[in-house]
Amino acid sequence: MVLKTVIRRGEYYDSGRLMIVTRTISKLEGIIDAAVQMGTALNKEALKRTGLLDKDSEGASVDDLMISMKGTGEGVESALVQLDALLNQSSSGLQDSEYRPKTIDSALKAEPGLNFAIISVPGRFAKNEAMKALQKGMHVLLFSDNVSIEEEKELKTFAVSHGLLLMGPDCGTAIINNVPLGFANKVRQGNIGVVGAAGTGMQEVMTLIHKHGAGISQAIGTGGRDLSVTIGGAMMLQGLKALNSDKNTDIIVVISKPPAPEVSDKILQFIKDECRKTIVVNFVGGGRPESIEACGAISASTLEEAALRASELAGHANGAPRMAEEDLDRIARDEAKRLNAGQKYLRGLYSGGTLCYESMLIVRDFVGDVYSNTPLNKQMKLLDSAAPCKHTCLDLGDDEFTAGRAHPMLDTTLREQLFEHEASDPNVAVILLDIVIGYGSHSDPAGVFADLVRKHKENARREGRHLIVISSVCGTEEDPQNSLTQERKLQETGVIVMPSNAAAARLAGKIVSYANSEERRL
Amino acid sequence: MNTVNDIFGKQLKILNIGLEQFADDLTSQGIPCIQLDWRPPAQGDPEAADLLSLLLE
Repeated sequence: MVLKTVIRRGEYYDSGRLMIVTRTISKLEGIIDAAVQMGTALNKEALKRTGLLDKDSEGASVDDLMISMKGTGEGVESALVQLDALLNQSSSGLQDSEYRPKTIDSALKAEPGLNFAIISVPGRFAKNEAMKALQKGMHVLLFSDNVSIEEEKELKTFAVSHGLLLMGPDCGTAIINNVPLGFANKVRQGNIGVVGAAGTGMQEVMTLIHKHGAGISQAIGTGGRDLSVTIGGAMMLQGLKALNSDKNTDIIVVISKPPAPEVSDKILQFIKDECRKTIVVNFVGGGRPESIEACGAISASTLEEAALRASELAGHANGAPRMAEEDLDRIARDEAKRLNAGQKYLRGLYSGGTLCYESMLIVRDFVGDVYSNTPLNKQMKLLDSAAPCKHTCLDLGDDEFTAGRAHPMLDTTLREQLFEHEASDPNVAVILLDIVIGYGSHSDPAGVFADLVRKHKENARREGRHLIVISSVCGTEEDPQNSLTQERKLQETGVIVMPSNAAAARLAGKIVSYANSEERRL
Repeated sequence: MNTVNDIFGKQLKILNIGLEQFADDLTSQGIPCIQLDWRPPAQGDPEAADLLSLLLE
């Protein structure tokens, strides 16, 4: 058995490609474990956990490619021979052969009509690339995170003064002219416009609108910090203006985590003074309904409700299945009865930040504030973000988990490891998982977790425990993964699949509440 | 003055800078997309990159 590390100084590949190479190398004969990744602190931490870190990889910088393999001498040598061919394959598995310009200028020479850029390079380089694209008159979806707020301000000031979109940074999703961009779902075209500072929140609302039978005109993402005092809602206002004058948009849904109060006032004032369309607002967990309604908009308390209100206004309501409260209560009581006395806690493992946030708000009504890496109040911040305790919800798409590695909607590795850990904890009663599908996401996330659920439900049964896993699939039947197929895969292993993130969180909260109640102890 | 609405209804012609998965997804739907062969500038040293871009201007 050998541990082999090769460091290639200054050699760069994107995290999606490296994830595919790692998976392929790991499956080769004679390889026990392998990782091919950039030398970020997060990736070194992962190597340490899996016993692949050595002096060479410890000394690698963020600009270096780290190749780490454990296996037989022959297996490792053979894998190293194949490595370069794998690194030079495109993510679709083909050898790169098409022309690829190296700069934005040369791309524009080759295709003068380019009018939109999607940018997902490491955060410290993202602002320069985004500014170059804006200066060439291109609208930008800036997927990269780890971009400073000062850089965001500079980019958005330029974009607004030139009538352009700068969606992001850390903007996960958008739909422009029915084209899904970034992490996005295939939804019906319609008359509902969406502008949101909450990527998976927008995905949840749009997929539920689709399930109700209504459709989307345009969906503009702003990035999560847009409604901060520093940015002042620059792109939210830009998006609202655009949708307000769009002839194909009749209803506008506004989605954000709680904005800074003065920015909330500014947005609501703009809606009151300028907007001629019907507006539905969901400031997830923030904003007073009366102040939203005072400006003539409709207030929705959850993403699910925002989708329902907008669909009703569009003349398509109740197409999507919803859970009645008494049905949730019945399932919760039945499940709670099967738990053993030690099983008390809820663990949410989320790939979607807004879905995690919404769940924490909902379960708070049943079990109080929960621990998190992105908590609702600072006292509940985990000391170690990857070590849940008591009731915990983790947002695994947060910046700290994505430096130099692919987003958890695409790379399920970290969530799989955490699932295995939490499912083995005898104190855990319920695990909540979001399954977000669509373009950009993993090709079969439900398949990955179905295998793990099967294994751990059986382990728990042998140990006298009843492991409850609750999920909801954010996606549509038109997505490449097909939401119906994904739901079926989960259900077949005993996962309780709810029709929305809010319903999944409510059920989990009820189960844990019953599990800890006097009624059950008697 | 340009407005955001100018892009509505127009054919998107996209430049993808970074994760190739996004370009693959667009191409599979028949959306015109060019993938940039992006590398960190000047071995990833932002100061050297800034200097280099000033020299090239």
